[in-house]
Amino acid sequence: MRNPPAWTAPDPSPGSGHWLLRARVFEADDLKRAVTRIAHEIVERNHGAEDVVLVGLYTRGVIVARRLAAAIASFEGVEVPVGALDVSFYRDDIALRRVSPLGPTQLPGDVKDSVVVLCDDVLFTGRTIRAAMDAVVDFGRPRAVQLAVLVDRGHRELPIRADYVGKNLPTKWDEDVRVHFDESDGDDGIEIWELVDPEEEPGGAT
Amino acid sequence: MSTVLVKGGTVVDAGGSRRADILIEDGVINEVAETVVGPAGATVLDADGAIVSPGFVDLHTHLREPGGEDAETIETGARAGALGGYTALVAMPNTNPPIDCAAVVEQVLRLGRVAPCQVVSSGCITKGRAGEELAPLGELHGLGVRIFTDDGTCVADAGLMRRALEYARALPGAVLAQHCEDPQLARGGHMNEGAWSSWLGIPGMPAEAESVVVARDIALAGLTGGRVHFLHLSTAASVDLVRAAKARGLAVTAEAAPHHFTLTDSLCCGYDPMFKVNPPLRTDGDVKAVKEGLADGTIDAIATDHAPHPAQEKERPFDEAPPGMLGLETALALTITELVGPGLLDLPRALALLSWQPARLAGLADHGGPVAPGRPAHLCVFDPEAVWEVDPTRMASRSRNTPYAGRKLTGRVRHTLLAGEPVVIDSQAQR
Amino acid sequence: MKHLLGIDDLGAEGIAEVLRLADSFLEVTRRDIPKVPALRGKTVVSMFYEDSTRTRLSFETAAKRLSADTMTFSAGSSSLRKGESLLDTVRTVEAMGIDAIVVRHKSSGVPQRISGWIEASIINAGDGWHEHPTQALLDAFTLRRHRGDSFAGMKVAIVGDIKHSRVARSNVKALSALGADVTLVGPPTLMPPDLEGWPVTISYDLDEVLPTTDVLYVLRIQMERQQEALFPSLREYATRYGVTRERLARLSADALVMHPGPTNRGVEIDALVADDPRSVINEQVANGVAVRMAVLYLLLGSGEGRAA
Repeated sequence: MRNPPAWTAPDPSPGSGHWLLRARVFEADDLKRAVTRIAHEIVERNHGAEDVVLVGLYTRGVIVARRLAAAIASFEGVEVPVGALDVSFYRDDIALRRVSPLGPTQLPGDVKDSVVVLCDDVLFTGRTIRAAMDAVVDFGRPRAVQLAVLVDRGHRELPIRADYVGKNLPTKWDEDVRVHFDESDGDDGIEIWELVDPEEEPGGAT
Repeated sequence: MSTVLVKGGTVVDAGGSRRADILIEDGVINEVAETVVGPAGATVLDADGAIVSPGFVDLHTHLREPGGEDAETIETGARAGALGGYTALVAMPNTNPPIDCAAVVEQVLRLGRVAPCQVVSSGCITKGRAGEELAPLGELHGLGVRIFTDDGTCVADAGLMRRALEYARALPGAVLAQHCEDPQLARGGHMNEGAWSSWLGIPGMPAEAESVVVARDIALAGLTGGRVHFLHLSTAASVDLVRAAKARGLAVTAEAAPHHFTLTDSLCCGYDPMFKVNPPLRTDGDVKAVKEGLADGTIDAIATDHAPHPAQEKERPFDEAPPGMLGLETALALTITELVGPGLLDLPRALALLSWQPARLAGLADHGGPVAPGRPAHLCVFDPEAVWEVDPTRMASRSRNTPYAGRKLTGRVRHTLLAGEPVVIDSQAQR
Repeated sequence: MKHLLGIDDLGAEGIAEVLRLADSFLEVTRRDIPKVPALRGKTVVSMFYEDSTRTRLSFETAAKRLSADTMTFSAGSSSLRKGESLLDTVRTVEAMGIDAIVVRHKSSGVPQRISGWIEASIINAGDGWHEHPTQALLDAFTLRRHRGDSFAGMKVAIVGDIKHSRVARSNVKALSALGADVTLVGPPTLMPPDLEGWPVTISYDLDEVLPTTDVLYVLRIQMERQQEALFPSLREYATRYGVTRERLARLSADALVMHPGPTNRGVEIDALVADDPRSVINEQVANGVAVRMAVLYLLLGSGEGRAA
């Protein structure tokens, strides 16, 4: 899998300041427990893991899907198929910004009659998930589509909700929630970062 | 009785340069002196700070009439000529029908009679410019034609060219002018063959397509004793050949067009047919050689090869568009900006190339000066230092195909007098 | 980037970006529903003044796979017949509200001229002898899938009628931008008149070049060229420059053989070459749609503040 891009924060407008760490809300252990709990919930809700397909959204969603699959394998003994989905071409903001594909879409077999569990690290406006549903439907007709996220940070712009949530984290619009994984970032954890206006900083502008 | 006084200028002609006023009556120069006081009621043309020279003579203008009136008419072309300082134009015969018979010569002369520039007709060398049979050279000569050419096409048959040269020896003042382009070497080409044509993917015409014919006709001039004039020389090789031929004493003459001493084939990189012309724009080395030829006397005249084309023709793909550029209204300025300004020629030599040398070649005794009492008043008054911008929409020509659009040039015609009549006053055409 | 008129519009980085995008689009073309909504609402017009069913279909398929709407004008259609000038035709087409024109024309420079007349994006599908950039891009894509990203030091021999070939010109630019060593092979009469400044080596002897060639790129010989005294006969051409079975045997076992198609069997290339395991000719065709999708997406898809 291609390395995820370095954290690209939403563009602050020029001269508007820079990003500062506000809080570290999950350490490695917290993250592990959340993944394990979600894995149990998926199996419980679907009365077993037989028809489940975990589809991770590039880039960190793919890691979430893999970790969920590993957890399910360890307590249920079932190898749940894992896929990776690039929703770049389905985004609704394609005309507004440069959108480059993130990785090769690989879905395991046919999704017909499966329960597709979309996996992502952070649920925010819901637009990425809307794009993901359109993409999945192009591959076939699943029996159901569910959504598993590590963080739900609010601010939905579309009627989308997660079925499985690692942590509900109310945030301000201009904050940034970053999920770190060992595989991609070198450590496990969840952090909230905030945009600091240079005039508000103690000691004046840098 | 119409009286015109040209006041305050510096007169330059073949005899030299002097500050002088000129009094003209009924089309003839009456007095040339440092200060002339005109009679009351005389039209006074201010020439303060300007040069007054004999009107220019263009050996090579396409007036397109008959047959091509979309692009230009004798009237509009002559007006463009007058604005460019020309008092005589030799109209090229590749019209439709071509000027290969008395009727068409007469038509051209008739239309020219009322034009603001004297229009002289050339005649074809071969019937229909087809390169097979001689046109009635004697009959055309009898109507005043002195320059014979199939321009647009080369007389490719060496045997036929030889006979034409021999025959023309019996026609006093006749000169055969060749458009030097070997049809087989040039076949399929649309620009100069070279580094640029190779990258751009446009079929090219090698320089040798021109120089091969120059060499041939120099040999034929030697063989027959005839007079050959080379139209629009564009290559270093051609200039060298003519230089050597003159050194051997042969009766060959040559002309060059302003685009061949100012533009190169690199300009075709945008595929804009505004830069498509025949002979094509060549390389830096060729441009340098043409300039040297103009400076050292190898080339006898600057001739515009004014070739108007309607806009939609020049909007076609490069290989489909017709070749040709406007020239009458920019010739003087280009000569001053690119030859006199940088010191390659002095002004009197430039004027020789524009005025009295072509006048002599064309057998136009009335044109080319000298500016002296008793001479017909064909004059051009121009500002050698005025800077102006070329704007195709404000040109008198019916067409707009000038490659110099937007360029700032130095040297502008202020007044033009044709037989004493001011046909251009303060850079405005009067009719 | 607004237009693709020639390879120079992309540069090495642009070429790399197109190839990366093409990877994603290749996957899309292999799906059961081989379609993404990326260019929904955009209109792509093909204006093929020179007939070419393959290339035209390849572009139209690419546009449709991106959910764009397409319109076609081809050589036979009345709208492109003589009478209406090129300028008038493109202005009329633009007035219908279109985003891109894919144009092929027998005259070099037409796409460039059109780009100066109208607002839409222009894609050159082949202009005269000048360039055929999407062909070079799909050729590079094909090579990359076999040889990876690094073309440095790759020895490519392009054989045939270089003089009249837009495929050759675009490939020379693309391959040298990517770092390959390009040798042009053919008779002197089929070489461009002046190769000053071209980043290539020239050879008139194919046999000499073959043993060290990594990629053999064979160009079509058009039958009409024989009439122009460019070579004495097709037989002589085939003898001296044809890729025959014997020549294939002297080509390294690791080498690749490419051709832009369609092939003239028995002239520039032996019929059996298609079955040779080193031939990637069929892949070239298959990759065309993905690469053209990448080009269309690059020009029309990722908006960088384009006017709505």
